[in-house]
Order: sequence, then structure tokens, then C-alpha cells
Amino acid sequence: MDLSLTESEAAFRDEVRTWLQENHPGPSPEGDDQAEFEFRRSWQRKMHEAGWAGISWPQEYGGKGATLIEQAIFNEELARESVPAPANVLGLVMGGPVVIAQGTDDQKERWLEPILSGDEIWCQGFSEPESGSDLASLKARAVKSNGGWKVTGQKVWTTYAHEAKWCMLLARTDQDAPKHKGITYFILDMEQPGVEVRPLRQITGEAEFNEIFMEEAEVPDENVIGDVGGGWQVAITTLMFERAGLGAAAVMGLRRTLNDLIALVTERGLEDDPLVRQRVAEFQIGIEAMRLGALRTLTATMKTGIPGPEGSLGKWQWAKYNQAMTEMASEVAGPDGVKVGTETTYRFLRSRANSIEGGTTEVLQNIIAERVLGLPRLR
Amino acid sequence: MNFDLSDEQREIKDTARQFFAARFKPEKVRDLAESRSYDDGLYGQMAELGWPGIAVAEADGGQDLGLVELAVTLEESGYACAPSPLMGSAGAALVISAAGSDEQRAEWLPRLASGEATGAFGGVSPDGQSTLFCDLPTADVAVVFDGDGALLAPASELDCEAAETIDATRSYATVVAAAGERMPGDADAGRDRLAVAISAELTGVGQRAMDMAVEYARERKQFDRPIGSYQAVSHRCATMLLAVEESRSLVYYASWAADAEPESLPMAAAMACARASEAAWETTASALQVFGGIGFTWEHDLQFWLKRSRVAGRMLGSPREHRDRVAALAGLGAGAPAGAVA
Ligand SMILES: Cc1cc2nc3c(=O)[nH]c(=O)nc-3n(C[C@H](O)[C@H](O)[C@H](O)COP(=O)(O)OP(=O)(O)OC[C@H]3O[C@@H](n4cnc5c(N)ncnc54)[C@H](O)[C@@H]3O)c2cc1C
Repeated sequence: MDLSLTESEAAFRDEVRTWLQENHPGPSPEGDDQAEFEFRRSWQRKMHEAGWAGISWPQEYGGKGATLIEQAIFNEELARESVPAPANVLGLVMGGPVVIAQGTDDQKERWLEPILSGDEIWCQGFSEPESGSDLASLKARAVKSNGGWKVTGQKVWTTYAHEAKWCMLLARTDQDAPKHKGITYFILDMEQPGVEVRPLRQITGEAEFNEIFMEEAEVPDENVIGDVGGGWQVAITTLMFERAGLGAAAVMGLRRTLNDLIALVTERGLEDDPLVRQRVAEFQIGIEAMRLGALRTLTATMKTGIPGPEGSLGKWQWAKYNQAMTEMASEVAGPDGVKVGTETTYRFLRSRANSIEGGTTEVLQNIIAERVLGLPRLR
Repeated sequence: MNFDLSDEQREIKDTARQFFAARFKPEKVRDLAESRSYDDGLYGQMAELGWPGIAVAEADGGQDLGLVELAVTLEESGYACAPSPLMGSAGAALVISAAGSDEQRAEWLPRLASGEATGAFGGVSPDGQSTLFCDLPTADVAVVFDGDGALLAPASELDCEAAETIDATRSYATVVAAAGERMPGDADAGRDRLAVAISAELTGVGQRAMDMAVEYARERKQFDRPIGSYQAVSHRCATMLLAVEESRSLVYYASWAADAEPESLPMAAAMACARASEAAWETTASALQVFGGIGFTWEHDLQFWLKRSRVAGRMLGSPREHRDRVAALAGLGAGAPAGAVA
């Protein structure tokens, strides 16, 4: 057991830190969603030019080929320097890695570079109105038509669909197969007449996610990832990348929220209030336990090569502590904690989604109960 | 960076697991608890394996390994809820190693490490409030935290009253007045290392309660289904895992930091102790609910872990006091003292 950084890990951290400090894009524009998105796109381009955008991707595909530990260090530094998120998060964290893992050479050639540069934004079309936690029950249907497929159906909660060129799309290609077997994984071109995107306004007021309506939308054969009927496995791979990507970046974000909370509490003269102290300590302990748990998982993953179901603990902790901290900040901040437009209010409202997006806390608890503890399945 | 036990550390843990599983079966724990006694022969075997002095320097008669090695051993002793003077002795040795004078070290460490003598620890505040001392009046020597540091006293020289606590698997006492010879070294570091050792034991206590509950939830049927298939039960078990793994991460980190990054130890120890003591109670209490009525009976073994968690979890102060220290170390307020004298 040795938690200190090796010489080369420390050198890597210094390299990242120096680069970020020298190239920090400054504060993002506020109040205009589109301007903010373009700001993040140009920030991603800058990172890409310096080779940082695909930190986890192999070098042969334009990435940095960093080890899991280097990725963790990188993500810590990103959060420490408070840089904006790249515009193409879903492409970088899920789309690209899935294409690299399961795509053909032609697909890699076609899609990877524009993901890294941010020229082509990706979104994830999994959830449907009737299929959320029970994703495998999805109904969007793809029908064979010479040289390709025609897709009809509806997706919902699709983050960045309104900015996206490509959609990782799950659709049913075999109505008769058992529900996990009849699904195929497509890459759908969003710029076509058969696809309509309608923004959905969130409780925060902004419209980050959307509905997608597909009416005989066309997908050529060469846009199928993996085998026809083998989409479920590819989807699981996608979700695995999603969880791994989230976990790494999450801890430092929480730490910043905690630091802000401590500053807020002090500013409001509540630093000696025993109840406040107890809760702040709980957050400090929880966040640290989460950071250490992630490092344990990472060490295990480096040995076995596959992230295990324990990863669900990290996602659960993240939602739990982020919601509790932003709730407390909203309470302590006085009127600013509930006024429209303040950072405190935004974080408080945005965190409500944490226990839903990327797998609800209840579903994560099911996974832990069944796959880690070996308890009998619900059904 | 590598956050996993080394092969040697894993081997120590496995050996301890097997040792305790074979020698401290629940019937044995029950026998010893009912007579409120220890089995000297079994403690002699632990001493032969070097456990009381596992983290004591070679020059002082110990194994010269680190706090991680002691932590995994105590985790397993907690897993078995083994009645023995291991915690008191290894704990006292940690403090004497950190704070004792050359004479104090020479007088007590070799004997504690060999099992020839046993140790105890606890605290008495300036206004005379005593914590529950672990392993008094049975031990030979006691570490007494008094708010200004730590004293060392032969147990025979301490005015103490045996305390019959709900945890019958260990002896406890309160001390009427602090006494003994002052230890000149770093008593704070000693106390922090001790806090980590206690947290390690509590992590094992929580792990065992969870294992028992999960096993029962798989077997026990109501309404024709295993109760573990009901989410009110299975999510309860998932929450136990969260608690146990959080304590384990914090305990392993703190025990690594104690030797490798001492400047991080005060915060690491306070966090580990706060989380582990709370988690052990939460988990044992939650396990009782999974067992239903049978878990509430004297016949059922769960009581030993439940009661151990409750008493051991406050040996160096309550979770509330540890959290207050975490808040202070996190930069909140003027930095109120730990609250607990110990
Ligand atoms: C901000 C945000 C962004 C999102 N972005 C995307 C995206 O880009 N692409 C995408 O495909 N999806 C996205 N989602 C959708 C998200 O994955 C789903 O919302 C989520 O999987 C839950 O599905 P649902 O909303 O249909 O709720 P449901 O599945 O209907 O769940 C409703 C409630 O029932 C509970 N429940 C359901 N099943 C069980 C069970 N078996 N046991 C116990 N409790 C259960 C849930 O925990 C929840 O509390 C996003 C969601 C949010 C909030």
C-alpha cells in the first residue's frame, strides 16, 4: 500500500498543472446557453491541440494514452483549476471509447477525430418515455430497408441532442427476441428530416436535455456498432465508461463545493454552531471516503482490467453528498439560497438530478445488493 | 500510487482471519463473555505470532511492521469479536512507542510485545471525568491521557473501578484520578495512531454484522420469498456495505498516513474514528432489524457485535466529538478542542 505519487506521476501532475495554468480560458460567459456552449467548444479545441482532450484514449487514435492513475490525476487538476467542461463530454467519455472498443477501422477513421476536436458533438439516445431504469424494455424500432435501417420512435432526456451531430442510439431490431437480445446499437445522424429535436426545460430553467422524435430516420449499415441484435452488450460498455468517467471527475468537484460551503458558513458567522460543524464534518468525511474508495477501485481495476459493480458505490456517494451539501448551502445562504440566478440556487436545483441521471440511486442499490452482496433478485 | 494491501499485508490479514475463525467461534466468544474473562492460552498464541508488538520497533522487541499491519489484524479480531487483551496491549504499545521515554519504552515495550505484560488505555479530564478504560483493571500497565498529554502508570497504582458494560467481551473500568509518570514524547501522535487501531477493529465489527445479515436475508423466507429480495431489506444491506467500505477506506488511509505521511494523520485519524464508530453501530443495529425477533434474543450471537460496537465506539470519545475535531481541522471556527480528553 502506497498512496504517494511516484516520481513520474508527480511529474505528470506538474505538467498538467502548468499547462492548465498557462492556458486557462477564464470565466465562462453567463446567461447565454449558446455562447457558453461555444466557449466550451473552443476550450476543448485548445485542449485537443495540446493533446489533452482524449486523455484516456490510446495514442494511435489521437489520445494521450494515460494510465488510470494519470487520468485520475488529470481530472483532479481540471477540477482544482476550475476549468470548464469540454463541450463534447458524451463523445469523449462514451462515444469515442465505445467506437475504439467495438468499432470497425472505417468507423474509427470516420468518427474519432471530430469527437476530439469538438467539431461533431455526440449525444446518448437510450432513455425513452416508457423505458428509464428498465432500459431493455425500449420500444424505438429499426426496420431493414435496402442498405440500411429506418428508425421510428421517441427518446427522452437526451442531453445535448440540440447541439449534436451524432446520437448513440439503441433501437429494437427484432421484435420476437427476448428483450435484451433484440436491440441494436446505431450511430444516428441527427441532421436529417426524419429526426426532430425538442428542447425540454429543466427545473433549473435551462434546457440541457431534449426529446427526440424519429420518423423513419435513416441509418446506413456501416453505422451499426457491434452485431445486429448485439446492442445490449455495447450499451453496457457505454454505461461502464460513463460511470468510470463520472467517478474520476466527481470528487474534486465535491471538494470545491465543500470549500465554498465552509467559506459561506464562515461568512454567515455560523462556524461555531455545533450542528453546522457536525454536518460539515460529515461531508468532509464522506467526500474523503469517496475519494479513497475511488482510488481503491482504480487500483483493483488496474489489476483486473475491468471495473466491477463496486463502481456503483461512487455514483451513489456522489449524489448523496452533493445533494446534502448544496441543500445546506441553500439553507445557510439566506435569501440568496433561493433567489433565481445565484450560483447557490443553481447548484442546489441542479443536484436534484444527481440521484436520477446515469442510473437512479435505487437502481444502484439493486446492483450492489444483487451483484456485490449476492442477494436474491427482485423478480 | 497503489491503494491495496501488499501481498504480505494480505497474508497477515488472512492468517488472522483463519486464526480467529478457528479459535474464537461464537460459542467460545459466548463462554468468555459469560464469565467475563480472557483465555490466557489463546492470547499467548497471539503473542507468539507477534501481534501485540506488530507495529513496535525491533529495538523495543516488536515486529517492526507498520500500522497497516496492526490495523488488518485488529480488523479480524473485531470480525470475530474475540475477547482478548490484544486491543489494550497493542494500543498501549502504540502510545508508548510514540511518546515514551527511553526508560519507559525499555521497561514496557518488550514485555507488551512478548505478551508477558498486557496494557490498557483511556483518559481522565482535568475535572475528573473518566472515559471507559479499555482492559482495566485486568492489565499490567495503563496509558492515561489527561488533557496535557499522556501518563504511564502500572495498573496497580491507579485508583479504578471496574465498569460492567454491555460489552461483556472485554474488560473496562473508570479511573478516579489521573496518575502516573508523564511520557515526554508525542502523545498526540500516539493518540491518533490509537484512534486508527480502534477504528480498524470497528470496521471488522461492521463487516461481520453485515455478513451475518446478508446470509440471513438470503435464507430466511417470508411470503414465500427470501426476505433479501425485498428492497426494504436489500437496500438496507447495500447501505451497510456503503458504511463498511467508507470506514475501511478511511482506516487503511489513516494507517498508511500514520507511517508514511504523518502530517496528514490528525485529520485522517479523526475522520476514520468518526466514521468507523458510527458505521459499526449503524450496521449492527441495521443487522438486528434484518434478523427480526430472533436478533433481539440473548441466544442470538449478533448481540456481541452490537454491544462491542456501542462500547468500543466511544473509547476515545464519541463520534460527535471526532466530527467536531474534523470540522476544526477542516478550517471551521477557532478550532475547538477535541472535546474528549482522550
Ligand atoms: C439531467 C439528466 C440528464 C439525462 N441525460 C440522459 C441522456 O443524455 N441520455 C439518456 O439516454 N438518458 C438520460 N437521462 C435519463 C436517465 O438515465 C433516466 O432518467 C434514469 O435512468 C431513470 O429513468 P426514468 O427517469 O424513466 O425513471 P424511472 O425508471 O421511471 O424511475 C422512477 C422511480 O422509480 C424507481 N425505480 C425504477 N425501477 C426501480 C427498481 N427496479 N427498483 C427500485 N426502484 C425503481 C427509480 O429509482 C425512480 O425513483 C438523463 C436524466 C437526467 C435527470
